[in-house]
Amino acid sequence: MSRIEQIAEKAAAANRKLLIPYLVAGDPNLETTEALMHKLVEQGADIIELGIPFSDPSADGPIIQRGVERSLIKGTTLHQVLKLVARFRESDADTGIVLMGYLNPIEAMGYKTFAEAASASGVDGVLTVDLPPMEAGELNAVMRAAEVDTIYLVAPTTREERVASITEHCSGYLYYVSLKGVTGAALTDFASVTANINMLRERTQLPIVIGFGIKDAQSAAAMGKLADGVIIGSALVEKIALLADQVDHDKQLLSDTVQVISEAREALDKLV
Amino acid sequence: MAKFEESTAAVDPTAFDGPDASGHFGPYGGIFVGETLIAAVEELAEVYARLSADKNFWAEYDSELKHYVGRPSPLYFAERLTDSAGGAKIYLKREDLNHTGAHKVNNTIGQALLAKHMGKTRIIAETGAGQHGVASATVAAKLGLECHVYMGAEDIVRQAPNVYRMKLLGANVIAVESGSRTLKDAMNEALRDWATNVDNTYYIIGTVAGPHPYPKMVRDFQCVIGREAREQSFEQIGKLPDALVACVGGGSNAIGLFHPFLKDQSVAMYGVEAGGHGLATGKHAAPLSSGCSPGVLHGNRTYLMSDEAGQILETHSISAGLDYPGVGPEHSWLKDMKRVNYVDATDDEALRAFHQLTRLEGIIPALESSHAVAYAMKLAATLPRDKNIIINLSGRGDKDIETVAKIEGIEL
Repeated sequence: MSRIEQIAEKAAAANRKLLIPYLVAGDPNLETTEALMHKLVEQGADIIELGIPFSDPSADGPIIQRGVERSLIKGTTLHQVLKLVARFRESDADTGIVLMGYLNPIEAMGYKTFAEAASASGVDGVLTVDLPPMEAGELNAVMRAAEVDTIYLVAPTTREERVASITEHCSGYLYYVSLKGVTGAALTDFASVTANINMLRERTQLPIVIGFGIKDAQSAAAMGKLADGVIIGSALVEKIALLADQVDHDKQLLSDTVQVISEAREALDKLV
Repeated sequence: MAKFEESTAAVDPTAFDGPDASGHFGPYGGIFVGETLIAAVEELAEVYARLSADKNFWAEYDSELKHYVGRPSPLYFAERLTDSAGGAKIYLKREDLNHTGAHKVNNTIGQALLAKHMGKTRIIAETGAGQHGVASATVAAKLGLECHVYMGAEDIVRQAPNVYRMKLLGANVIAVESGSRTLKDAMNEALRDWATNVDNTYYIIGTVAGPHPYPKMVRDFQCVIGREAREQSFEQIGKLPDALVACVGGGSNAIGLFHPFLKDQSVAMYGVEAGGHGLATGKHAAPLSSGCSPGVLHGNRTYLMSDEAGQILETHSISAGLDYPGVGPEHSWLKDMKRVNYVDATDDEALRAFHQLTRLEGIIPALESSHAVAYAMKLAATLPRDKNIIINLSGRGDKDIETVAKIEGIEL
């Protein structure tokens, strides 16, 4: 059983909703990302989605785009992101780590090299935003061989007849995109989320988590009610943007930065 | 310079029948977009497959090309340019004479008709030099559709007259300030808009890139160039041309000229990329001729200018329309098949050709097309007078006169 499966199973048994923060690796630098990751765990994160910075993040809104730019200015590479995960793993064997990004940096590294390095570093899952299942055969095969979960998105626009081809390739959890748009947009249509989550429940046993547009305790609770967990990205990255680019942030400053996560944890825990 | 004979190697002609059903040209092309857009590109592929099998659709398209665009465009023997180059005869396929001044309108007419058939009310487009933006704004005005054009902030400065033309046509021009603030960033922003407004919005991609079915669809609409040129060549020269030359940014004008000739093995083809300050300097936009590796960007796998870590590199070209780090996937395939020779012309060579064509023939070419003129003159010089070269003169240079004046220190 993969670490993500174990985390999800344990959470389900304890009636706990999964809380999954997203941040861009290397924003504003790798040391701060590492400190923030530990802080996020302290505040109740079950899994962390770590963004691999890419020069052309065409599915991301302005907040995450700027986070990516702050990271790329430092020359952050996929290789460094993997090393960051390995360092994090030295002191945390429990929290799930999912790399989220675009295909080209992975292609540049080579699928097999990437899969093996990810596995060795302690990465649990990979979500490649611009790699739909029908193009993913080769990468999925090497990820499976390396025992790394491959996570896929389902969008409000996803046709019902396509869901099977997604769940077939998906392992770990299924990521439901709550809205039509880019990361950080405003979430408005709760009714369609409910209907689509119900539709997905009939088609998969995978844990379903909801992301895009969840920005505070209230929206976390609203979405948490419908799913097995929530992802919070832009609202966190927006706070990280306020961190000055220095290594020695005091603990209070880091706590303030991740406050949205502790508030979401509290709201999610009240649901059950 | 590539040897003339190189491109005439025999290959299996079925290799040029792509893409396959899933949108691949060999290992290139495909569909690499976020899940939110998958349904939209699949719907587009279905609708296009249906309409492109419908004679009435093509009759409507042909009628617009004839009465609105002014096709067919002439094939013109450039006698003084030929004499100046001192070799093979040079003919110009006059896409610069199209309504809106470039080949781009062949595609926007076709896609706007599709948008209308799909019931979409809102058009978005990305643009580099502004020619595709103008062509999109034009058809949107004609069909009464709302139009938003994304354009890199840097390109807005370089191509001010076209920005104003788009506004006159009623389009909303949105400056893109992210990344390198050029064409690739405009395309990212258009993709974000499309994902957000996917229900009522049709995205008119301006070149043979993007996810399937765009590379095939845009090619099909641009193939009118090559079909006409082939017919005109038989009429005016009495035989097939010996060589075709076209500039390649994304590559839509080039594929439009080349594609109807791909199975004519005697016809050599040259795709001319933007050599910028020279391939050795790294400041160029020549993913095919500079030895790049394939990668994935903007929905397709293709040769791509990216660094070792997979980040897309900033490109440089004197012409905004060629300033793009990727290239249409079919060109990548044609490179691997060795059917087309991909070469480059530098900024300086293009600028020189711009002046030469203007002075010798009274035709001011777009800086993009000037790259093709520059290479074709070099090629012509290596060939005897009884050989015939067709250059795709993909656009007119009115939009570029400010850029040229500025480079030469002239105040207008």
